[in-house]
Formats: sequence, structure tokens, C-alpha cells
Amino acid sequence: MQQPSLFVPQSLSVSDINRYLREVIESDEILSDVWVQGEIATLARPASGHIYFTLKDATSTLKCVVWKSAAMRMQIPLQSGAQIEAHGAIGIYEQGGQYQLYVDAVRMTGEGALYQEYLRLKAKLESEGVFDPARKRALPKIPKALGIVTSSSGAALQDILNVLRRRFPLVEVVLAHCSVQGESAPAEIVSAIKGLNAQAAVDVILVARGGGSMEDLWAFNDENVVRAIAASAIPVITGIGHEIDFTLSDFAADLRAPTPTAAAELAVPDREELRGIMQGVINQLIYSAQAAFQETRVGLTQAQHRIEKASPVYRIRNDRQRLDDLGARLETGVTNAFRYRRSEQEGMGKRLAALSPFAVLQRGYAIITNAAGGVVASVTQVSRDEMLDVKVSDGEFLVRVVSASGSENEGEKK
Amino acid sequence: MSETPKPVSEMTYEQAFNELESIVAALESEQKTLEETMRLFERGQVLAHFCGALLDNAELKIRELTDSRLSGSKTE
Repeated sequence: MQQPSLFVPQSLSVSDINRYLREVIESDEILSDVWVQGEIATLARPASGHIYFTLKDATSTLKCVVWKSAAMRMQIPLQSGAQIEAHGAIGIYEQGGQYQLYVDAVRMTGEGALYQEYLRLKAKLESEGVFDPARKRALPKIPKALGIVTSSSGAALQDILNVLRRRFPLVEVVLAHCSVQGESAPAEIVSAIKGLNAQAAVDVILVARGGGSMEDLWAFNDENVVRAIAASAIPVITGIGHEIDFTLSDFAADLRAPTPTAAAELAVPDREELRGIMQGVINQLIYSAQAAFQETRVGLTQAQHRIEKASPVYRIRNDRQRLDDLGARLETGVTNAFRYRRSEQEGMGKRLAALSPFAVLQRGYAIITNAAGGVVASVTQVSRDEMLDVKVSDGEFLVRVVSASGSENEGEKK
Repeated sequence: MSETPKPVSEMTYEQAFNELESIVAALESEQKTLEETMRLFERGQVLAHFCGALLDNAELKIRELTDSRLSGSKTE
């Protein structure tokens, strides 16, 4: 270290003084191996894996850092409100000009008073069934109106409104302003929830508050607030604090979102998605209308064919053809019938001729008939001197019976 | 849905969208007269345009639950 000059006081750069302080502090025996007792206040776990928190007591705070390697070896979970003893070394963060405790080990000194109260109330409400999953109601898919219970001056409200504007500005917002921290906050939150239930026709209520310490969020662990959320006739979504914060209000809500922004996202649909769905429905509409028309057109074509067949022109043409057809069949039918008859007749004639008694006469036989015309076939039919007619093949003549006897005595003829 | 339809301009997004969906379902499932098909299709188009316009043009409306109302419920 240089001595101050006799004339102008020598100045140090910021880096110089911070580096110097760091050397002083880090060479101190007490500060390099120390246990510090306090309550964890603000706690942050960025993606880097390091943990940053503040230890506090009634009057003072101390910044603490746990490097990722040490964080992974931690035996107890670090939570806001927890009373702990942290071991490590005090060092200087030169860039920030901050001194802080680089923690390498942590042990419980007993749970913080707030945390103890939290656990007591949680157990009580749990046993009453206030957090029963069966009580949770379904949220409207497309809410018409949305109630928001938060501070009108808070960042949480702006976060929510930004999400609503982007995703679904169709929703009507009813803001029920209330303090979200401090003495009067629980009563105001309860009043806002009841007011929305009584006065506003909203489909869903968001109860929201931006991030803060466990104490900041304490109003949302208030028994009356928790009961008001559970008793709300309108479904409630909570978005309180950050991802890591769980308030009793979260357990009582129908849906817990990690942040106010996330609560707004869960409350309303995204209009980009709705547009996509809408396009799909329009396509379906066009397709099914076209299909219906196509079906009608096919039906029409079929009807056209049928009506053509039923038309007189078609029938006349058809009948003409049938007539021609019948004419031809008639002609061949008649011709065939004649031909058949003729041949039948010829056959009959021949058979008849063969059977004619006159044909027998050709072969020398004669037919004898008496005066009465009866055919004489027996000697008993004739008497002496009776005149008989004899028919032969080429004519006839008369004979007189001379005698008649049995078959051994032939009838004598004149 | 088939009884005197509500004027589209008085509908909420959800009402219009639900009717649009039921029109598509009706067109897909049932045999309709050509006239009925035309009517449903035209109604569906009106609803679709209405829904699209709502999504495109909506401005977030915010009103506050008034203090008088709140104080009324506070006394409960």
C-alpha cells in the first residue's frame, strides 16, 4: 500500500478497494470458518444450480451463496422461513461490491415461527378436508368473464393482462383490487373474493401476487383467505409468488399455477390455437357440405336414368322392338304349326288307308250284307232263299242262299 | 339449434363455436335435404367468420368491482 502523497491524496480505483477488502476479509481467521444463525428470507434457485438466499434476524440481513457443488451435498431442503445455521466463509463479491457468506454446510436450528404456523394451519385445514382433491372443480374451457383478485398497482396484474391480451382478449376482466401484503391484506382478499362471487358474473377467479419473501406472501396463508377460496362458488386459480412458493391458498384453489403469468395462461385458451381449431372446423364444414352436394348429384344422375327409362319415347321404342320380336315369333310359330299338322295328317292318311276294309277286298275277300244292311259273319244269320249282297273289290252282286250249314258244310252259293 | 337461431352478432365466442361444431356434426351424420344443407352451410360460414372476427378484433375489456359493492360485501 502506498503512502498518501504530500500534495494530492492518492485515489484508488473501485476494483482496487474491493480487491483489498477481499484480501483483508479472506485472511481473517474468524471470518473464514464461521457458523451464522438466522432465518432464510429470500431464496432463489436459478438454472445454474447455485442457491442464493438471505439470512436475517430481527434487525439485520446477510447475503448467502451456496455453490452448486455444495448445494448438491445439502442434507436439508432450503426453504424460505426456515431457521438455519449456515457454515462457511465470508467473502467479497468484487463485481457487486458485496460481502456475503459462501455457505458449504447448513443445519436446522428449529423451524421458523412462520413456517411452524404454516404447518400447523396446513395440518388443521387438511384434516377438515379443505384441500380435498374431490372438491376441485373443472375450469371453463372458454371463460366469458374473469375475476382478478390482486393489487391494481402490482406487476402481477400487468403480467396477467398482457397474457390475456395476447391469448384471449375476448374475455371480460373484472378487477377486484385488494392489498396483497400487510395487516389489512387478508381481510381485503377475502372481501374481493366474496365481492366477485356476489356481484360479478365471472366464470373463474384468479388470485394472484408477484414473487416475494415468505412474509410477503403470508396473507395467502391466512386461514380466512384459504377458507374464502375453498368456499368460492366460482372456481379459483391461484398464481402466487414463484414456482417454489406453495401457500395454503394454492392448496385450497381449484388449480394452482406457479406464477401470475402462468395462472392467466391456464385461465384462458390461446387464440392462435382457437384459430387452428376454427380452420379445422371450417374445412370440415366445407368438406361435409361438398359431400352432401356430391351425394345429391349422384342421386340426381340416377334419377335421370330412371326417368329416361320411364319416358314414353323409351317405352315406344321398347314396345316397337317387342312388337317386332313378337311378330317374328308368331310367324315362325305359325309356319311350324302348319308344317307339323301337315306331316301328322299325311301319317294319319297312310295309317287310315292301311286299316280300310276295302283294302282287304283286293286280296279276294268279300263283304256280305243282308237286306237290312247288316254284315253277315255267321251261318246262323242266314236262311234258305234269302237274298244277300256280296261286295268285292270292284263292285257287288246279289246271291241267294241255297243252303246253310255248320263250318264243315260250306254254304252253297249260286 | 334448429329452432329459431339466435342472431350471430349477439352470441359469445363459445356459443357461436358450439353451434358451428353442431352444424358440422349434423352435416356429417344426417341425410338432409339440399335446401337444409345449403342453409346449414351458409349459417356455418357466418358463424365461422364471426368467430374469426372476434378473435382478430377483440380488445380486452376491464372493469373494476366498485368499492361500494365491495364495502357492501365487507359488512357480511
